Amino acid sequence: MKTLILRELKLSLRHGADTTASLLFFIIAGTLFPFALGPGPTTLAAIAAGIVWVCALLAALLPLDRLFGADFEDGTLDLLLLSGLPAYGVAFAKMIIHWLTTGLPLLLIAAPLAIMLRMPAARVPLLLLTLLPGTMLLSLLGTLAAAITLGARRAAVLMPLITLPLMIPALIFGAAAVTSPHPAAALYMLAAMLCAALPLAPLGAGAALKAAAE
Amino acid sequence: MLTNISFSLSAGGILVLRGANGAGKSTLLRALAGLTPLAAGVLKWDGEDALHDLPSHAKRIAWLGHLDAVKPALTAAEHVPLAALAPVGLTAYANLPARLLSAGQKRRLAIARVAASGKPLWLLDEPTTGLDAASLTRFSALCESHRQGGGMIIASTHTPLELTGVSVLSL
Repeated sequence: MKTLILRELKLSLRHGADTTASLLFFIIAGTLFPFALGPGPTTLAAIAAGIVWVCALLAALLPLDRLFGADFEDGTLDLLLLSGLPAYGVAFAKMIIHWLTTGLPLLLIAAPLAIMLRMPAARVPLLLLTLLPGTMLLSLLGTLAAAITLGARRAAVLMPLITLPLMIPALIFGAAAVTSPHPAAALYMLAAMLCAALPLAPLGAGAALKAAAE
Repeated sequence: MLTNISFSLSAGGILVLRGANGAGKSTLLRALAGLTPLAAGVLKWDGEDALHDLPSHAKRIAWLGHLDAVKPALTAAEHVPLAALAPVGLTAYANLPARLLSAGQKRRLAIARVAASGKPLWLLDEPTTGLDAASLTRFSALCESHRQGGGMIIASTHTPLELTGVSVLSL
């Protein structure tokens, strides 16, 4: 699995376009809100957490169609499934890669965006604390959706339709945790969702990968 | 659908699958690899059900599908160990990104990956596609070397190969 992750990271670095596109989308989408809502600090501060969360969700979806798509088209998926790793192991490795190349960069850039949206500086660490499990959850569910839609003609359209509804609970608890005076409960819920998705999403994605390879 | 297929292969054996387009050669190879599940029947390795534990079965198989599984952004040397490039005549292209290789060179790179795998069973789906005469000779030499080392090869190909000990299964 380590070999696979290192190889995929090398490919991602050579093909930096996916990560760059996600980050640019994240920044541009977040920047649009002050133009639409006005620069009033009170208004923006009240919804900054929600904006950052929604933009992060949408930005992380962008590279998902290539996560397995390129491997499926060039025959690498067969080699991955014959690598000796179980299919769920291959899926889990891809989830880690997605988080490292998309979720983590989004997490790193979320703080400046939140400050630009007038979020109180004291709330920014809490936002990042919610985005940490949030982006991981998105990588897990997004990879699951990418595997399920692999080979489908309208995969890029289907993927958000599968992923986004599944992410609604995480979005609710994530955004609520940042604005709530008692964020612990929402953070525990996020952690619980991550704990549930951690074993289930790779199993589902692995089964979907095997079905796609047939 | 393939029915009534039965064969055995011993160490050092080569089985060539022949048949018209759509006869099921690729399907059979994928089933032998465990990529396509068998609707009925059993695949045995040393008398035991090989497909019962797919990850273990995969460790015996070097796979070459009809796609090369070559990543354009990686160099040839990043796909396989440098020493594996010499038998397929790609040493001079070791540091070249694979996107700059010709179709035949990519096929040779895929063959090098199979040869470098050290796995006992090679499953090859139309391995000679795009190979020139010199590359065919190199490929035959690799197969012969693998066979002499006790390895097994099951390949679908329409190209006559200069190999010894070849069995043919017509589909």
